[in-house]
Amino acid sequence: MELVVFLVAGGACIAGALGVVLNSNPVHAALSLVGTLFGIAVLFVAQEANFLAAVQVIVYAGAIVVLFLFVLMLLGVDRAEDLSIEPLGGGQRIAAGVVGLGVLALPLLAMHATGWEVTGAGARPGDRNLLDDTSPDVAQLGESLFTTYLFAFEVTSVLLVIAVVGAVVLARKVKRADYVADPLVAAHNDALAEVAEPTDEISESEPVPS
Amino acid sequence: MMLAVAEVTPAWYLILGSILFAIGSVGLLVRRNPLVMFMCVELMLNAVTLTFVTFSRMLDDIDGQTVVVFVLVVAAAEVVVGLGIIVALLRKQPAATADDINVLKG
Repeated sequence: MELVVFLVAGGACIAGALGVVLNSNPVHAALSLVGTLFGIAVLFVAQEANFLAAVQVIVYAGAIVVLFLFVLMLLGVDRAEDLSIEPLGGGQRIAAGVVGLGVLALPLLAMHATGWEVTGAGARPGDRNLLDDTSPDVAQLGESLFTTYLFAFEVTSVLLVIAVVGAVVLARKVKRADYVADPLVAAHNDALAEVAEPTDEISESEPVPS
Repeated sequence: MMLAVAEVTPAWYLILGSILFAIGSVGLLVRRNPLVMFMCVELMLNAVTLTFVTFSRMLDDIDGQTVVVFVLVVAAAEVVVGLGIIVALLRKQPAATADDINVLKG
């Protein structure tokens, strides 16, 4: 049973990955990416990481791919490209293939050297981090996240704030010449002037409470 | 049938992760569309998370899954900033490739 699940999900993963690389239309590539992400979520379930499978579907397939498609549609770049054009020339694709084979061969050789069996320290007996069947993976994950990795968890909040600020700065790029012409800036300047020199109308309509 | 008796060992998952990572890295090197290159980076991240979950199960240690949570957070932040840069680039030059990213200078 596990074999069938692995073959189907793994096949979906690899087919989706090849689709991302080989599709000339970026929208099709994004949809192929969904196939890969979904296959990986299935493999997470097969390895008893149920919470991560749910998060994988919600965050990756649900949010990140939708963000990709949103940008594609917003900018109208959803046209097919001619993949036969060599962008840089000089056999860059051959070099990329060699690098890819090297990247693939390195972990395979490392696994072959250990006889395809993973050895490692693992969790010590009596450690609370043991993956046992008595407590669900969500409970163990939460405990690990909020005790051992609490500081790292807090730092990720800083990272998210930085990302949001960066996105706002990038999306709202105001040049120096356009700065005064910007309606928001003009409205802000008007409001500042009013506060500095209140007109008679305002002071009459809003009497100061005693 | 040989397939019927074959057992899925954790090494299979690691091999699958290696293949996905290699495909993602080749795509990153071959493609010039910044959005597709970004998708290839996501592919590589997912290959690594699959490997982490496999190690987590093999070594009976939840820490591998905790790392995956952090990878998800970093990936989300990375997508936000990266897509912001790509939107800024493609607004300036609608047919831009990764080689034209210097039009954002200044």
